[in-house]
Amino acid sequence: MTLLPKVLLIVAALGLAACNNPDRYGAGGAGGAGGNGAGGTGIDTMGLGDPNDPASVAYFNQTIGDKVLFAVDQSNLSDTARGILAGQARWLQANPGYAILIEGHADEQGTREYNLGLSAKRANSVRDFLVAQGIPSNRMRTIPYGKERPIEVCSVEACYAQNRRAVTVLSAGAGV
Amino acid sequence: MRTPMILRLLALAVAAMSFVPPAVAQDGPLRIVIGSGVIEPLPLALPDFVDEGGAGDYAREISRVIAADLTGTGLFREIPAEAHISLISSFDQPVAYEDWKAINAQGLVVGAVTVAGDRITVKFRIFDIFSGEQLGEGLQFAGSTGGWRRMAHKVADAAYSRITGEGGYFDSRVVFVSESGPKAERDKRLAVMDYDGANVQYLTDSGTIVLGPRFSPNGEQILYTSYQSGFPSIYLMDARTLETRSLGEQPGTITFAPRFAPNGQTVVFSLEQGGNSDIYTVDIGSGQLSQLTNAPSIETAPSYSPDGSQIVFESDRSGGQQLYVMAAGGGEARRISGGQGRYGTPVWSPRGDLIAFTKQNAGRFHIGVMRTDGSEERLLTTSFLDEGPTWAPNGRVIMFTRESPGAEGSASLWSVDISGRNIRQVPTDGPASDPAWSPLLP
Repeated sequence: MTLLPKVLLIVAALGLAACNNPDRYGAGGAGGAGGNGAGGTGIDTMGLGDPNDPASVAYFNQTIGDKVLFAVDQSNLSDTARGILAGQARWLQANPGYAILIEGHADEQGTREYNLGLSAKRANSVRDFLVAQGIPSNRMRTIPYGKERPIEVCSVEACYAQNRRAVTVLSAGAGV
Repeated sequence: MRTPMILRLLALAVAAMSFVPPAVAQDGPLRIVIGSGVIEPLPLALPDFVDEGGAGDYAREISRVIAADLTGTGLFREIPAEAHISLISSFDQPVAYEDWKAINAQGLVVGAVTVAGDRITVKFRIFDIFSGEQLGEGLQFAGSTGGWRRMAHKVADAAYSRITGEGGYFDSRVVFVSESGPKAERDKRLAVMDYDGANVQYLTDSGTIVLGPRFSPNGEQILYTSYQSGFPSIYLMDARTLETRSLGEQPGTITFAPRFAPNGQTVVFSLEQGGNSDIYTVDIGSGQLSQLTNAPSIETAPSYSPDGSQIVFESDRSGGQQLYVMAAGGGEARRISGGQGRYGTPVWSPRGDLIAFTKQNAGRFHIGVMRTDGSEERLLTTSFLDEGPTWAPNGRVIMFTRESPGAEGSASLWSVDISGRNIRQVPTDGPASDPAWSPLLP
């Protein structure tokens, strides 16, 4: 009963398969009637490296910044966002071995469907900017999360502002 | 004549719809008072059904479900059994009208239950006490004991329908998203339940985000959006076998917000490509795809008119979310919403007369209804976050999602009638969102 899921996890971790399910929040299991929740097929393992190493993912995430923020209902890029994305583009050109998934997100102050559409636009704004900076479009995919995955959970503007975001997520392998 | 009870309830419905100032209905035993949108519920007597053999607890339980259905509408109240003078010991005994009048009962439901093996038989009659006669003919339902709640709902539907002149909605199901886990990483699973929260069945596991399930017009299939491939995409599930197939596999796109056409063969949905969301249809049989809108703005949340000729949807082409109506084949769309704030998630009433929507204005969310040309907008609810209305099969009640704020906030299901009365929470085991009502079951 408890052994099987562990075995599956170990197998998945050893396999180090390229990401076949970009949804990093989900187990990537099939749907179907409840019970088969152990199907952890989408587990990728990747070293983040030393944040002081400019070629590390940790450096990309923390020092360059993996995230840009948006104004309410907007998907256009602020000057601050452009600065961060220009840095991302330089890093991505210097480190071509990573596939790029751009997540779009929205705050909770909107209806579910609209927020999906809006977060898709946000992710795409980032993608378009990176393409214009010379990153090959076939290294990138976008995924909209709408308001499904906030990072801040309070219900005031300080949190909403952090949730209106696009996040550049790296994974090993040149294609998504 | 059975008109008195019907006419008085109709008068009450009309008055509630048209915002007549507080008014007092006719004097007499069938007295209904309308005041500030609050009505005096009609008193009903619902004595426990008679056990005609082997019924045991079923007789009482069935009566209780009928009572919960009817009083849950806000249109009726039950006279407690302790107040009853006449006791029902036999299904066919003559009705002692004077005894029921004496306790001010306006209506009386008498029934009987027989159980043999796993077969259950439920029969009932409804009486108009003031008129002193039976309301419609007696009916009998028979089936397996597992369906006892459905039989109770069918009795309540008959009573509701005969007394109000409206269609019923109690024998129906609701598909929804069952939620658990912290706000930043909610687990979501599809689930289906009776309209009153009973008989919950889970349809997916929580390994992947699922959103916005919708029943097919015959209730046998469910459309929804899932991240199971890694990207949001629409799926079609057989509600009985749970067999699922993808409908939205278009490379480089994501698909969401699916809803059936009344023909049950066409699905309308949003398709996003390169950041732009437009409205498309797909034929379930052939997979044939058609694009209905072509604009750089966000077009989503499409819903057909019940005759299938038109589609209402939301678009932010004017700058903010507003509601538009277009022909089912696409083409020119006309904006119907015009008030302050933003309008989304429109849903055409099954009666065709109204469109329900979510409105966002001044930091609050509302569920509202408007006529199909956008006139006579009425807001029915207000809260931190109300969204996603779905219509009861009779077009008289709306269910929706209400989310509470903050880190500990959670989603729950609520219902309200179309005059804005009788707002109540729908019981669910845990947090729940995105309800969609089935048609009335056969």
